[in-house]
Amino acid sequence: MAKVFIYPINSLILSDLVERFGHKPLSMMNQIREKVTSISLDSPPINITSEDPKMGLKYAAIEVPPGVRGRMSLIGPLIEETEAAIIVENPPTNFGCVGCDRTNELTKYLVRSKDVPILEVKYPESEEEARDFVNKIAEFLESLPKEKSEEDEKAKEEKTAEMEDKK
Amino acid sequence: MTEMKKEEITKYIVISSDKVLPSDAAMKIYESEFPVTVKETCFGLVVTGSREDIMAVVEKIRQLDKNHIFIKDRGFPVGDERRCRATRGGSPRPGFHFLREEVGMLPLIGAALDELEANKPLKKKPKEKSRLKVSDLENIIEAELSR
Repeated sequence: MAKVFIYPINSLILSDLVERFGHKPLSMMNQIREKVTSISLDSPPINITSEDPKMGLKYAAIEVPPGVRGRMSLIGPLIEETEAAIIVENPPTNFGCVGCDRTNELTKYLVRSKDVPILEVKYPESEEEARDFVNKIAEFLESLPKEKSEEDEKAKEEKTAEMEDKK
Repeated sequence: MTEMKKEEITKYIVISSDKVLPSDAAMKIYESEFPVTVKETCFGLVVTGSREDIMAVVEKIRQLDKNHIFIKDRGFPVGDERRCRATRGGSPRPGFHFLREEVGMLPLIGAALDELEANKPLKKKPKEKSRLKVSDLENIIEAELSR
C-alpha cells in the first residue's frame, strides 16, 4: 500500500479512487481532523500552537504571507510522506484550504521536485475524458507496490501484543 | 493534557446512484446497529464513530452500488458547531462548493468505473466524433427512465 499524495488535496474523486485501488490517500481532511478533534490541543478551532509557524517556515520563507505558511504547516508533512502523487489540473473551483493559489503552486512544485512517480491529468468534462481519466488513474495505481507499509505492520504488531496482554 | 479514549473519524458517503437513495443507505446503517452517528444530506450521508465501526459501515454501504457510491474523509465531526449551518446562521459551509462541483462529475466517473469493471481494455483512446450507437441510446433511455 503506497501513500499517494492527491492534488486538489481535498478531492472526493481522487481520495475515493486511491482508496478503491488499495492505497492510502494523503489528504487535508486527516490533518484538519487532528487539529480540530484532538482535545489535547489548546483552543479549537484556533488550534495553532507555537510549533505550527515553525513547521510552515520549513517550506516557505518568513516574508511569504502567513496564509501560505499556515497551509504549508499542514500540507508540508504530507509531502514528506509521499510515495506517489496524482496531480489533477484545472479544478472546477478553489475554496477553503485549496483557496490560495501561491500555496497550490508551491505544493505542486515541492511534489514534482520529489523523486516519486507522478501522474498528471485534467478534470474530465465529457464521457470520453472521464473514461480516459479513470483508466489512467487505475493504471497508475495498479503499477504502485501493494505490499503493506511498515506503519501498518507496526500497528498490527501492537494490536496483537495488546490482545496477548488481555489474555 | 488528556488523550482521546478512542479515535473517532468522520466520513462523507456521496451517493450518485440510480438504485440507492441516501435514505436507503441511512436505513441500512440503522439496521446494522453499529454505534455511529448518521446525518442525511442532499448528496448522501455523513457518518461519525470509532474507526473500526466507520470502516465496516462504509464498506457495507459501498457494496450497495460500489461504482456509484463515493467516500471521503471529513475533518470535523457531524453537527460540529464550528461548521454546522444552524449555528452559523445559514449559507453553505466552507468546502461545500468544491464538493458540489465534484458531485456533478460523479455520474461520468461512475460510468467509467462500470466500464473498467466490465473488463474493457484499459488503454482506450477517445473516439472521433461518430453516430450514436442504438445500444448506447438504449442505455441512456434506461438510465433516464429508472430515475
